[in-house]
Amino acid sequence: MVPLMAASTVPSESAPAKTASGEASPAGSGTERPTPSLRELFVGFLSVAVVAFGGVLPIARRAVVERYQWVDSDEFTELVGLAQFLPGPNIVNLSVVIGARFRGVPGAIAAFSGLTLAPAVIVILAGTLFARYSDVPAVSDLLAGLAAGAAGLVISMAGRMGEPIWRRREWRDLGIVAVSFIGIVVLGLPLPWVMLSLAPVSIALAWWAIR
Amino acid sequence: MRDDSILGQLATHFLLISLLAVGGANAVLPEMHRQVVEVAGWMTNEQFAQTYAIAQAVPGPNVLVVTLIGWHVAGFAGALVSTLAMCGPTCVLAYVVGGVWYRFREAKWRRAIQGGLVPLTIGLIAASGFLLAEGAARTVPTALYTAVTVAVLLFTRVSPLWMLFGGGALGLLRLI
Repeated sequence: MVPLMAASTVPSESAPAKTASGEASPAGSGTERPTPSLRELFVGFLSVAVVAFGGVLPIARRAVVERYQWVDSDEFTELVGLAQFLPGPNIVNLSVVIGARFRGVPGAIAAFSGLTLAPAVIVILAGTLFARYSDVPAVSDLLAGLAAGAAGLVISMAGRMGEPIWRRREWRDLGIVAVSFIGIVVLGLPLPWVMLSLAPVSIALAWWAIR
Repeated sequence: MRDDSILGQLATHFLLISLLAVGGANAVLPEMHRQVVEVAGWMTNEQFAQTYAIAQAVPGPNVLVVTLIGWHVAGFAGALVSTLAMCGPTCVLAYVVGGVWYRFREAKWRRAIQGGLVPLTIGLIAASGFLLAEGAARTVPTALYTAVTVAVLLFTRVSPLWMLFGGGALGLLRLI
């Protein structure tokens, strides 16, 4: 079943067909990354949101880094770090930061609305439907299988994000990865504690490494 | 009058929650549960659990659990007020900090903060993935499916959607 499906994911629609919207980027030359228009930001985040089952971040990474190539892989990891450190829903923060970087306040609003409007309508419809069909066992079987895949998706995303650190054998960073994982999973510490105690240590180590 | 006060309570509640939500919406779920079920009594425990499951099962950001709670408590206005309270102030903060962040991208303090946050972020995502996997593993085949998904997505370019649909289909057939 797998090889058939693989064909559809090769990022073939990235470079051409960028002229579809009137607001194409002025920089047409060579290696520059495309600057998305408001419409592209809205549609981009909308297309991420409506297929993002069980977590938006992995889907967003595929779209923003691989399909649209708005930011590169390292920058995406940095932006996720920023979005997580700021209070509020991570992926919402991420959409605002990316939208704002390219198109200011309107860009932030376009990205945010693309991300949230359709899913908000869908979740309300689903809530209404579920209240009516909650006693059908097939519904819970479906949800259980979906959840198993979704969990694997999140773990694999951590793996992909950690790949550069692993490849460069940066033991300092690998140590922080391990300690934060152990703090949450093994010790069951509340997330704010883990963040607020490890962040200063990790930042100090990074500062020291830059010297 | 009564509706107004409920909307006000929803707004205040989710605004405070959002400011605590360092690390995302899932991190403040226990606090949401305490407020919504135990303090305000807007939902029963079962209603809260179902609401969370639905928000997870539909596509979109997991902050949508807030939208659904607002909908349950006060209809359309409740959904709107709750979502905006949860997202609005922190969006403004993200906008401001995001701009500053980009402007000082060459500064040493900025690179140190950035470099320090990256491994923390990866560790926390791995941890939440593991916790999700634990919650999802109702049988051994279910846990195996999660492991297979990790391997496929790490080592091939298969779209994550196929692994999700595959999981849903296998679950529906009661194979996992």
